[in-house]
Amino acid sequence: MATKAYQRIYTKLQAITKATVSLNATGVANDELALVGGRLAQVVKTKGERITMQVFSGTEGIPTNAEVSFFGEPPTLKVSEQLSGRFFNAYGKPIDGGPEVEGEVREAGGPSVNPYKRRQPSQLIPTGIAGIDLNNTLVSGQKIPFFADPDQPYNQVMADVAMRADVDKIILGGMGLSNDDYLFFKHTFESAGALDRIVSFVNTTEEPPVERLLIPDMALTAAEYFAVDKNEKVLVLLTDMTLYADALSIVSNRMDQIPSKDSMPGSLYSDLAKIYEKAVQLPDGGSITIIAVTTLNDGDITHAIPDNTGYITEGQIFLRADSDSGCVIVDPFRSLSRLKQLVQGKKTREDHSQVMNAGVRLYADAQNAKTKQQNGFDLSDYDLRCLDYAKDYAKELLSIDVNITIEEMLDTAWRLFAKYFTPAETGIKQSFIDKYWKA
Amino acid sequence: MATKGIVTGIVSNLVTVKVDGPVGENELCHINLGGTMLLAEVIKVTGDLASVQVFESTRGLKNGDEVTFLGRMLEASLGPGLLSGVYDGLQNDLTTMQGVFLKRGEYTEPLDHTKLWDFRPLASAGDTVHAADWLGEVTEDWLPHKIMVPFSFQGDYTVVSLAAPGQYNIDKTIAVLRDEDGVEHNVTMCQRWPVKVAVKGYREKPRPSRIMETGVRIIDTFNPIAEGGTGFIPGPFGCGKTVLQHAIAKQGEADIVVMAACGERANEVVEIFTEYPELIDPHTGRKLMERTVIICNTSNMPVAAREASVYTAMTICEYYRAMGYRCLLLADSTSRWAQALREMSNRMEELPGQDAFPVDLSAIISNFYARAGQVVLNNGKTGAVTFIGTVSPAGGNLKEPVTESTKKAARCFYALEQNRADQKRYPAVNPVESYSKYLEYPEIQRTLEETVERGWIAKVLEAKNLVRRGKEMAEQINILGDDGVPMSYHEAFWKSELIDFAFLQQDAFDAIDSVCPMDRQKYMLDLILDICRRNFDFDDYEKCRAYFKEMINILKQMNYSEFKSEGFDNYNTSLTQLLSEHGN
Repeated sequence: MATKAYQRIYTKLQAITKATVSLNATGVANDELALVGGRLAQVVKTKGERITMQVFSGTEGIPTNAEVSFFGEPPTLKVSEQLSGRFFNAYGKPIDGGPEVEGEVREAGGPSVNPYKRRQPSQLIPTGIAGIDLNNTLVSGQKIPFFADPDQPYNQVMADVAMRADVDKIILGGMGLSNDDYLFFKHTFESAGALDRIVSFVNTTEEPPVERLLIPDMALTAAEYFAVDKNEKVLVLLTDMTLYADALSIVSNRMDQIPSKDSMPGSLYSDLAKIYEKAVQLPDGGSITIIAVTTLNDGDITHAIPDNTGYITEGQIFLRADSDSGCVIVDPFRSLSRLKQLVQGKKTREDHSQVMNAGVRLYADAQNAKTKQQNGFDLSDYDLRCLDYAKDYAKELLSIDVNITIEEMLDTAWRLFAKYFTPAETGIKQSFIDKYWKA
Repeated sequence: MATKGIVTGIVSNLVTVKVDGPVGENELCHINLGGTMLLAEVIKVTGDLASVQVFESTRGLKNGDEVTFLGRMLEASLGPGLLSGVYDGLQNDLTTMQGVFLKRGEYTEPLDHTKLWDFRPLASAGDTVHAADWLGEVTEDWLPHKIMVPFSFQGDYTVVSLAAPGQYNIDKTIAVLRDEDGVEHNVTMCQRWPVKVAVKGYREKPRPSRIMETGVRIIDTFNPIAEGGTGFIPGPFGCGKTVLQHAIAKQGEADIVVMAACGERANEVVEIFTEYPELIDPHTGRKLMERTVIICNTSNMPVAAREASVYTAMTICEYYRAMGYRCLLLADSTSRWAQALREMSNRMEELPGQDAFPVDLSAIISNFYARAGQVVLNNGKTGAVTFIGTVSPAGGNLKEPVTESTKKAARCFYALEQNRADQKRYPAVNPVESYSKYLEYPEIQRTLEETVERGWIAKVLEAKNLVRRGKEMAEQINILGDDGVPMSYHEAFWKSELIDFAFLQQDAFDAIDSVCPMDRQKYMLDLILDICRRNFDFDDYEKCRAYFKEMINILKQMNYSEFKSEGFDNYNTSLTQLLSEHGN
């Protein structure tokens, strides 16, 4: 983003907050970028001559006489095949010591796909994790977050999923990534020999929070280049969207907006939807699949961030530690893949959806039995069988350490059903019982 | 001369315009952004400053950019060719847009102006007519589409002339009408109507008198919605709101279904226009798409057009209602519309109400729900708009402004419950807390007793009561333990489970179970009530559980089988056998 010769320089700021500055200027466009005292800023409000900008790296040390110059354009990214294998910061500048990328300039955060031009997602993305493939099957073109407490190994699971997924490009958007996690991703990509199909945009915890606001747009602009221009299957990883939303609330707060639930801006739903809805199955075969991370506070999904996310995304994968089996499991009650029925029984075996439902229902019965047990009541024979089943089910199917094919998952489930229950207790359609019951 | 203005302030999609002449509330304007015209709507005027909400991204807009006011409100184009349409919130035809991405300022015609329609006159010269009276008709796909006196015509008109039967496009004058002052007006097959104004032009709006069948047992039997009625479905995410809504859209007994995807996922709309052209309407045997109109303003499309999308959808329903059709409007989700109102109210720095929503939210919602209803047209025929909206309460907590406001306006309440969804008890409609006010309407009761059977209401109430009682028993059992309660508690609990599993739960993804016609619902309810009325006298709660589980399994297999098929009858026989082993 080179500065132009005829640019007018302003040197009088009228107001400074921690995240924004205001000054009087003319001919300034909404969403346009500017440099304020050498730092990147973006126009968020104009009122008469008064222009308000959010300064991405924070305003610490900016004096009222700081030089301000406007770029005349919104944030952009240069796109080409040269993006592959590279690491960038939130502004799209290389942080891996390599050269600048040459390519076509694309506007970041551009327009939406015409919904009528979309295609229905129909390609299965197998991950080997039964908690996902069996109970919450992923489909290309889907958008789905991991809901996890900060102590859960969500980045590891996400990296596993990315490495096993059959895609052409993986794009990492790291927001407030700890340096350790950044190096973890880098190492995982390198050791898998997958670096040439990965593009990373990273903002670490060491960098200013408002910069994070640029990461999803940058990552998705790169994703759209590969998916739309090159017809590739692209997987976008966004971690951690909770920190992104926190940055949104900082800016809106500094602009004196009235906060809605949990001090989040009233536009949180639309802001998040603009990002997640970039997930798409395109008519010419390209696709963008988004897997994100939303960290929770003590499992609370009613907080505005996970709540709004859940209404936007096509399900969620909920990780929790299970004390009965001692594993981290994909919670079968709180997890959901809304697109699973597009592939279950169509791209997978016919009994998939009934086996999934029966497995989860029996696990729910086990939870009821557990409550009874904790309240000190006698357990029935059925209760005891449920409890035993639940332990096996958690260990052999729900645990994130599982890595088997979907066929094996279904067979495992049938084996567990036969071990603990009668066919009637599973409630599965008779024709499937006749065919698959492992007596 | 049109009023002009210049942009003086921008916050996201709220733009302040200094105007040089008169402007109206809700008047539309074009903002010129380097040659691209962005459509916007006036939402507030203070002195010579108009606040307008822009229906597009304002990126790149500058202070000083020119604005032209259009002298009209947001209008829908109404005429033949709407069916099977896929429109955005401003009624742009999404199917005729170029390119994969939506371009700013690209507006497309909602109706085809070149297509010829086979016109047949219904009125004759000399007739006195009023707004919404039928002048003629064309066949739109399968539907006799009435060409009406435009809704905006006030007072008495005399038909001067009518076009002869023949092929015309929608812009051709098909009638000349003379008003009371002797002025003649040309009428074409296309009229425009401001979407925020309710369409009148009917004789009366009586109370609903019959139910709209949906094939969903927990609705039709337990909490039926009336034709011309209103209902809403609140629920946390992941409780099957969309699946239930789509089931109603596919199976609902209506002539026309309009789906407004308001601020929701684009893939859900894709599902509709991918699957509907293949799916068959269970009532008519025609393709579902042929009776469907889609208005979609998905969550990533401009926020301001969300509000427009629900109004446009309602206006299209009212238009077909005036032709004597039964329309069903589904809006998913009205919470997104309320959030759009909140965003604007916030940017205009209005004093906020609860949860930062605008204070008039409740009034806006109830005005909108009031546009639904059954009407008697001027010619004595009837039409109806049934409206079902979904609500997405923040955090799944029903004590929030949108749910509370909607509860006051809608007559049916289908509460989706996290707990039921967790247990995969779908549809996850809470059977105890949900209600339909229509069950209390004498008109509805009368038709139900006539069409289903005498004594039907009593049976429904009996089943509801069994479910409620079972729930109470479950609580007692949980507190006192299996051994701590009398056997009758277990029996009552399992009877409610029987109703839940075999009747209330329904597999929306099974070809047979997903649609349950009323006669089948009656058959199953009779069967189940017959079981529930027996005394089983178990001496052991384990046996009671096992016995009921077996019955539930048989009944579920029946639900999965073709009604009264051999398989169905076989299961029925095994049920009778099982019953003869126990109980009296």
